[in-house]
Amino acid sequence: MSGVRVLVGTRKGAFILTADGARKKWKVDGPHFGGWEIYHLKGSPADPKRLYASQSSAWFGQVVHRSNDGGKTWETAGNEFAYDGEAGTHQWYDGTPHPWEFKRVWHLEPSLNDPDTVYAGVEDAALFRSMDAGQTWQELAGLRGHGSGPHWMPGAGGLCLHTILLDPANPERIFIAISAAGAFRTEDGGKIWQPINRGLKSDYIPDPEAEVGHCVHHIARHPAQPNVLYMQKHWDVMRSENGGDEWHEVSGNLPTDFGFVIDVHAHEPDTIYVVPITSDSQHYPPDGKLRVFRSRTGGNEWEALTKGLPQKDCYVNVLRDAMAVDNLDPCGVYFGTTGGQVYGSADSGDSWTAIVRDLPAVLSVEVQTLP
Amino acid sequence: MMRVKLPAHLRTLARVEGEVNLEVEGPVTPRAVLDALEASYPMLRGTIRDYASGQRRPYLRFFACGEDLSHESLETPLPEAVATGAEAFLIVGAIAGG
Repeated sequence: MSGVRVLVGTRKGAFILTADGARKKWKVDGPHFGGWEIYHLKGSPADPKRLYASQSSAWFGQVVHRSNDGGKTWETAGNEFAYDGEAGTHQWYDGTPHPWEFKRVWHLEPSLNDPDTVYAGVEDAALFRSMDAGQTWQELAGLRGHGSGPHWMPGAGGLCLHTILLDPANPERIFIAISAAGAFRTEDGGKIWQPINRGLKSDYIPDPEAEVGHCVHHIARHPAQPNVLYMQKHWDVMRSENGGDEWHEVSGNLPTDFGFVIDVHAHEPDTIYVVPITSDSQHYPPDGKLRVFRSRTGGNEWEALTKGLPQKDCYVNVLRDAMAVDNLDPCGVYFGTTGGQVYGSADSGDSWTAIVRDLPAVLSVEVQTLP
Repeated sequence: MMRVKLPAHLRTLARVEGEVNLEVEGPVTPRAVLDALEASYPMLRGTIRDYASGQRRPYLRFFACGEDLSHESLETPLPEAVATGAEAFLIVGAIAGG
């Protein structure tokens, strides 16, 4: 019988939640790497037993771990992330130049077809790739070499490259997003990159429609529609029909268009999910009600999903990498909160249950659908 | 044979219990100790000193013989008691909450 494995990164370790295809009874395994911040862990689509985990701490820096047995055991991989050439400067919060410094890995994206190839999005923003199962890392320096790097600036979480989307139909095409620079696309495997931010408007930069400087929180896409992208920006939910060449707002009737996560239903390319958050300083849901909003029309028309979610006195946040979907039918949707809850829905969001309630603050959620 | 005491998280990462015993060739300096430590336990590379600068990570301290050696040069010979193994070289995580 098929099943799911939910990979949860938290402020104090990783947890692995498993269930069969019914997704009613869950086993909670962890903490792995107890005491470390686990920004992200993710499994290889080509070999579900191969997992990668990013662990970091203020004391000991960055460590990368790899598992070959679905997270039962782990081995240390390489942790040297050296920028290619002169690192240069980006903008600091006050607009002054600040040296590029490696801080941590935010996101690990395994290749779609090679378990030993994995991409890492890091802070300060850059994209690295390993082709030896994480032992050594090389920067795809064309991204920082785009020339706009001196105008990138950190968001509240730092200058982080947090989203990496690989194209199942075209291995040379990669989308990434950086807070606060924007989204970028390469068509040649990472040598040449172009910013794809036309249509974004951000009042916190001198030119609200500038080519770079936008605080993109997350982007998502359905593999069946490789040119349709969805974005949760700092403010605004956006959609592009042409691979990011142009964006238009689809916030519609959302109670607030600030938020972090956005994801797409596994079988319905026009069904998308967001979790509205009150504002850029009030990082909790409006009115103390934790609501996932679903659009079945690719945006603009949204419905609140509340069944099983707290509808009063709830003041948690849902961070940018903390939502994922499985491939079962009906589609499962999962998200984690800074209050330590991981909620799951086995019916495309119609109803929710807390798989676990009292973890450390959740930083990331990924799902593997197992045969 | 000299002795190094690691913080708990680095003992877990290196899969060791208790102190680490090391043979250090030449003058026993912090740099020589860290070189020997990382040669025996490569998973510790980058966790005690920064890859790019080679310097001690800011939230770690080096103690020995009741003294704070964190701000000594990495080339300064450690006390004789550390070199002989009578005293351990302590790598300590800063008190930084968490």
